[in-house]
Amino acid sequence: MSSTASTQTGQNAQRLTLVEAIQDGLYTEMSQDDSVVVLGEDVGKNGGVFRATDQLYEEFGEDRVIDTPLAEAGIIGASIGLAQTGMKPVPEMQFMGFMYPAFDQIVSHAARLRSRSQGQYSVPMVIRAPYGGGIRAPEHHSESKEAFFVHEPGLKVVSPSTPYDAKGLLAASIHDPDPVIFLEPKLIYRAFREDVPTKPYEVSLSEAAVPRDGSDISVYTWGAMTRPALIAAENLSQSHGIEAEVIDLRTLSPLDIETITDSFKKTGRAAIVHEAPKTGGLGAEIATTIQEEALVHQEAPIKRIAGFDAPMPLHSLEDYYLPQAVRIQDGIRETVDF
Amino acid sequence: MNMKNEAGNADLPAPVRQDSELVQVLDAEGNVLPQASVPDLSDRQLLELYETIKLARHFDQRAISFQRQGRLATYAPMTGQEGSQVATSFALAEQDWLFPTYREHAAKYAHGMELASLFEPLRGYREGYAIPEGVNVMPEYIPIATQVPQAMGMAWGHKLQGKTDTAVLCHLGDGATSEGDFHEGLNFAGVFDVPAVFVCNNNQWAISVPRERQTASETIATKAQAYGIDSVRVDGLDPLAVYKVTSEALEKARNPAPGALRPTLIESVQYRFGAHTTADDPSVYRDESEEEAWRDRDPVDRIEKYLYNEGILNPDLESEIQDRIEQEVSEAIETAEQTETSPDNIVEHVYEDVPARLEEQRDELNRLREKYDDGAFSEVLE
Repeated sequence: MSSTASTQTGQNAQRLTLVEAIQDGLYTEMSQDDSVVVLGEDVGKNGGVFRATDQLYEEFGEDRVIDTPLAEAGIIGASIGLAQTGMKPVPEMQFMGFMYPAFDQIVSHAARLRSRSQGQYSVPMVIRAPYGGGIRAPEHHSESKEAFFVHEPGLKVVSPSTPYDAKGLLAASIHDPDPVIFLEPKLIYRAFREDVPTKPYEVSLSEAAVPRDGSDISVYTWGAMTRPALIAAENLSQSHGIEAEVIDLRTLSPLDIETITDSFKKTGRAAIVHEAPKTGGLGAEIATTIQEEALVHQEAPIKRIAGFDAPMPLHSLEDYYLPQAVRIQDGIRETVDF
Repeated sequence: MNMKNEAGNADLPAPVRQDSELVQVLDAEGNVLPQASVPDLSDRQLLELYETIKLARHFDQRAISFQRQGRLATYAPMTGQEGSQVATSFALAEQDWLFPTYREHAAKYAHGMELASLFEPLRGYREGYAIPEGVNVMPEYIPIATQVPQAMGMAWGHKLQGKTDTAVLCHLGDGATSEGDFHEGLNFAGVFDVPAVFVCNNNQWAISVPRERQTASETIATKAQAYGIDSVRVDGLDPLAVYKVTSEALEKARNPAPGALRPTLIESVQYRFGAHTTADDPSVYRDESEEEAWRDRDPVDRIEKYLYNEGILNPDLESEIQDRIEQEVSEAIETAEQTETSPDNIVEHVYEDVPARLEEQRDELNRLREKYDDGAFSEVLE
C-alpha cells in the first residue's frame, strides 16, 4: 500500500501515477471517514481490474470494499439506497462502456432525487469509471461519452489529467453533497508520475486548470487529451512561435465559464480537443458558451478537434480516431492563420 | 400448480420441468456411466466432435501465446470450456441461430465462422467481424447479458412468422445471470413461449467473483422456475452429455410435445481453467488447488479416452488429426496476419450510406495523412 509505505518513511509526498493517486485518494478518504464504502465488480479481492482499489480490501475489509454481483443497475441503485442511510458509496463502473445498464438509475434517480424531494433527500456518491481509448482494448472498452452525463442536470462530472488533480478532485468529489461522475482517463493511468502529497487535500470542482499560458489561441481539453494538447502547444511554440494557452477543464459539469471566457477574451481564438464523437460532444457546448459570453473578442472560427461520429474502431485504427498531437497542431494553425 | 392446467386446458402453460441432477454420460475416464445413454452419433460424427474440441484447445493455446508475443490484443481464453462450446454448436441445425459472448470462439467456429476471422478482431481489425452469407451467427456480445432478450426476440420473431423449425441458442456466463437483461429476456421467453435455448456456461468465476457471490440460488438452473421455463443442469466438461441435453432442448424448442414448453435454460457446469482474459491474473483471487479438482474431468481427455475405449480412435488417427489441427490453425493465423485495413474503415458501416458530415471527417483525416504521412498518427498519445 503506497500510503502506508510513505507514512513509514515519513515523506510528505510520493511519486505516484494517476491510478496510484486514485488508490491513495480512496485510502485517504476511507481512513478518515468510516461511512465511505467502495463497491463494484472485482473491486475487492482482485483490487479492481486496473488496480485502482488495490490493497483496500485487505486494509478495510469486505464490508467496506465490496465485491458485488455483476449488475451495473444494481450497483448504482443500491448505492442510491446506501446513500440514504448516511453512507458515502463510491461505486466503480468497470469500464464506461458498460455503464449503460446503470444509466436509468443515474439519470432518472441519482441526478433527480434532490429536486424530486425538494431538497429533503440527496445522493452523495461518486461513480468512478475508467474511460477513453488508446490502450488497444476490445470493443466497448474505449468509450468516451461524458456528454451523456454533462447533459443531465443534478450530476457533476469530473475528469482529472494529472495524479495530483486525481487525488484532490476525488477528495472533493467524495466530500461533495451531490452525485459525481468521476471519469478516469485510463490511457494515462500509468503514463507518468508526479509528486502527490500524502496528506488529505482537495482540488476544487469549480476551477479549470491552466497548465500552459499563451496569447494566440485557447485550447480547451480534459482527461487524456490534455497531454497531446500540451505537446502540440509546445511544438508550435518552437516551430511557428504560436503560443497556445491550454485549459484543462478538470470539471466538465458545471463548467468553469469564467476561466473559459477569460482565456478567450485574451486570445480571441479557440480550439477544443476531445476524443468523444464530434457531434453533440462537450466541444459544442464550450464553443457556444464562448460565443454567448465573448463573441466580440472572436478573431477566428472556433475549431473542434474530436473523435469521429463513428464507433471507436478496434485498435488497428484507434490512433487515427483519437486526436493526436499532429491533428491538434494542424487545427491550431488553421485557426491562428485564419 | 395451476388448477385449470390440471383440468387439462391446453391453452395454459405446462408444468415447468426442472432437472436439478447433473446430467452426465461419461465418467472422468471416458467410460459410459451406468444408466447413461450415449447420444446417437456415428463414429464419423464422434471423431468430428473430438477433432473440433481438440482444435479449439489448440486455437486457445496459440491465441494465448500470440497475445504474449504482442501479436494479438486482449484475448478471452476458453480452456476447459471447449467441450461445451463445440457440443452445443454440434447440436444446432444449420438454420438455427447462435448468439455468442466474447468467449465462444469455438462455438462460432463449429457453427460456420472461419477460423481466421476469429483472429482478426484480436489483431485490431473489425473486418473479422463480417459474418459470411448463410452462417447464422450473431456478432460477439461483449456487454454482459445483453444478448439474452435479443435472442429471445429473434426466436419470438420466428415463431410469430410460423418458422418454428428454426431454434435460437444463446450463450451467457454465470455473471450474466445477475444482470437485469437476463431476467427480462427469460421472463419474455416464458411469457411468449419462444423456441430458444439459453446456455449458461457456469464456469464458476465472473472475473474474480465466485458463483456463490453472484447468486444465492443453489443452482443457476433453478432460476428458470421463476420464469416458467424448463431447465436442466449438465456436466459441461462432458461433451456427450452437453450434446445430448442441447439436442433435446433444441428439438423441444422447434417441436414441443403436446403441453410441453419451447424454451429451456441449460446450466452447463464447467470451469474456467485460465484467466478471464489475458489482462487478468487469477492467482490474485483463487487457489490453484481449486483448479486441480476440476482438471481430471477435462473435456478433451474425456472424449479422447471414450473414443479409445470404443476403438474409434487409435494413435495413428490421433496424430493425423493433431497434424491437421495444427495446420488449420497455422493457416488461419497466417491469413489473419495478412489482413490490412484503411482508416476509411472508421466511417464505413456506421450507416448504410456515409452521412455528409462523417464523410467530411474522413476527408479531413485523409488530407492530414497526406500532409504529414501516416507515421505522424502513430505517435504515442501519452
